[in-house]
Amino acid sequence: MPVTSVTKDPEALTLTLVADFPVPQRRLWDAWADPRQLERFWGPPFAPATFTHHDFRAGGRAEYFLTGPDGEKWSGAWKFTAVNPIDSFEADDGEDNAEDGDLPMSMTFAFEATPTGSRMISVTRFSSIEAMEQTIPGMEQGLRAAMPQLDEVLAG
Amino acid sequence: MYNHMVVLQEESEESLNQLFRALADGTRRDILKRSVAETPSVSELAAHYEMSFAAVQKHVAVLERAGLVQKRANGREQLVSANRARLRRAGELLDSLESLWRRRVAQLDDVLLPKED
Repeated sequence: MPVTSVTKDPEALTLTLVADFPVPQRRLWDAWADPRQLERFWGPPFAPATFTHHDFRAGGRAEYFLTGPDGEKWSGAWKFTAVNPIDSFEADDGEDNAEDGDLPMSMTFAFEATPTGSRMISVTRFSSIEAMEQTIPGMEQGLRAAMPQLDEVLAG
Repeated sequence: MYNHMVVLQEESEESLNQLFRALADGTRRDILKRSVAETPSVSELAAHYEMSFAAVQKHVAVLERAGLVQKRANGREQLVSANRARLRRAGELLDSLESLWRRRVAQLDDVLLPKED
């Protein structure tokens, strides 16, 4: 399993994930840099992501939507605050992140070469418990409701 | 993130801003951590930082307004305790986020290493 560790800090409202992959660092970076690859893992299998915009540079934006089992759509957007190929990038998450200073969530990704391939270290940071309430349940709740029957379909 | 799926809480923008400001500061996060482990007085907290008692008191007040800690009087002292229910909720939310990321990383692994059927 690629996930090496997950560290949750409720006081600092962060989640740090470390994952190791048996591929070169460049290959791992490309999966994030190429929207056609990114959309194969960003959304869950039953609500795949479509990236309509992926301007992967500092100040650039990414825009995407997920398509649910009944055709419903949910949109999302990131603003990249730093992009250092092939080592790291940072993004603020949120629809209205163009002008709003109090962003609910930000993500930092670092990539490094290891003896067996490459490592990804991602830190997700929330500005407040309310920001978590507003983002996390929405990410999984509606989607999770659809999960049991879809698991059956996928297993069948 | 998926804003359209989310039922927003009846929180005023001002109270959201209060929370954001409360957690944006390192000293306040440290005060919060100490107030989870025990119930320190404001003077005990102040001994940990190179700043005035009044400055620490101000930090505690910011946390209190954000609903993250509560204060109660004990004689002449003010004891500070974290709002565990709110922190527990934060923990639950992080659990959900963990499962989301585990799913995402498993899919990323499939993208990097297509399985042969």
